[in-house]
Amino acid sequence: MTVQGESADHQWVDDHAGPVVRPYAVTRGRARPVTGTFDLISLVTATQAEVTPEVGLGPEHLAIVGLCQRIQSVAEIAAHLDLPVGTIRVLLGDLAARSLVQVREPQTTAGLPDNSIFEAVINGLRAL
Amino acid sequence: MDYGHSDRPAGATPLPTAIKILVAGGFGVGKTTMVGAVSETRPLRTEEVLTESGVGIDDLSGVEGKTTTTVAMDFGRITISDDLVLYLFGTPGQDRFWFVWDELALGAIGAVVLADTRRLADCFPSIDYFEGRGTPFVVAVNCFQDARKYRLDEVQAALNLDPGVPVLLCDARQRESSKEVLVTLMEHAMKTREARRRAASED
Repeated sequence: MTVQGESADHQWVDDHAGPVVRPYAVTRGRARPVTGTFDLISLVTATQAEVTPEVGLGPEHLAIVGLCQRIQSVAEIAAHLDLPVGTIRVLLGDLAARSLVQVREPQTTAGLPDNSIFEAVINGLRAL
Repeated sequence: MDYGHSDRPAGATPLPTAIKILVAGGFGVGKTTMVGAVSETRPLRTEEVLTESGVGIDDLSGVEGKTTTTVAMDFGRITISDDLVLYLFGTPGQDRFWFVWDELALGAIGAVVLADTRRLADCFPSIDYFEGRGTPFVVAVNCFQDARKYRLDEVQAALNLDPGVPVLLCDARQRESSKEVLVTLMEHAMKTREARRRAASED
């Protein structure tokens, strides 16, 4: 994404043209989420089928809830909404603070109890 | 984009475990090609926006005029089972994006370093990086058609690799070949982990 020109009169364009708003406008100037860290592969799922618009939730928040009816990683949400990861983290923090999404942080290798995950991945890859 | 109905009601079941593998190497060596060859969808692209003055402060109002840089990362997904999802991230090629590597490498189970024998030195920074961090990695020599063929031990010697690091030939365009690289990496990562646990228990 590039910093847009100084022209104030943005033209209305559709999704295919990419975001028309600067990333920090979407988050109202915030660079950090109110809660959570959100690794690129943290998995997110919506806790509700849909969310009614309310104060503090923008269209991007609602889009995330729509997208996360299926389990998505933070990286996938950013790619599908065509917004930078940092922006998505802030929006996810808002949603997590309202319990509108459930988040699972990834496990670290050191924390794995045994080799079962390695074996599952090896077998799964071979079966592809 | 697929907004189809989920097989499982949202929030009702525990979320699967996600694990991460990195695909590194020089510019144009075939990182995104490999990610695409094994992923269940075409590679997705995500971006980080970097603002120099954005580091360490919360409020970015007024910095719109500052130079911003975006770092693009291509990635793909392989659903192993209902409980396990594997993500493959192509690392940004440029050296100046090391700090993005740090975030990517955090928690990564292992890395594939793709090498091109015509430009072998391009993969040195990746090898140094993973050696330094202790991230298990394999070196996969992508066989470009016009490249001279080298024996694997020649590549191993040229890269000055630890003898334990697997080196293999691959064709990053081919799904089977790329799968084999990932299987080799997972086996190596598992062995590395066991060796470290043994060493730790002997201390």
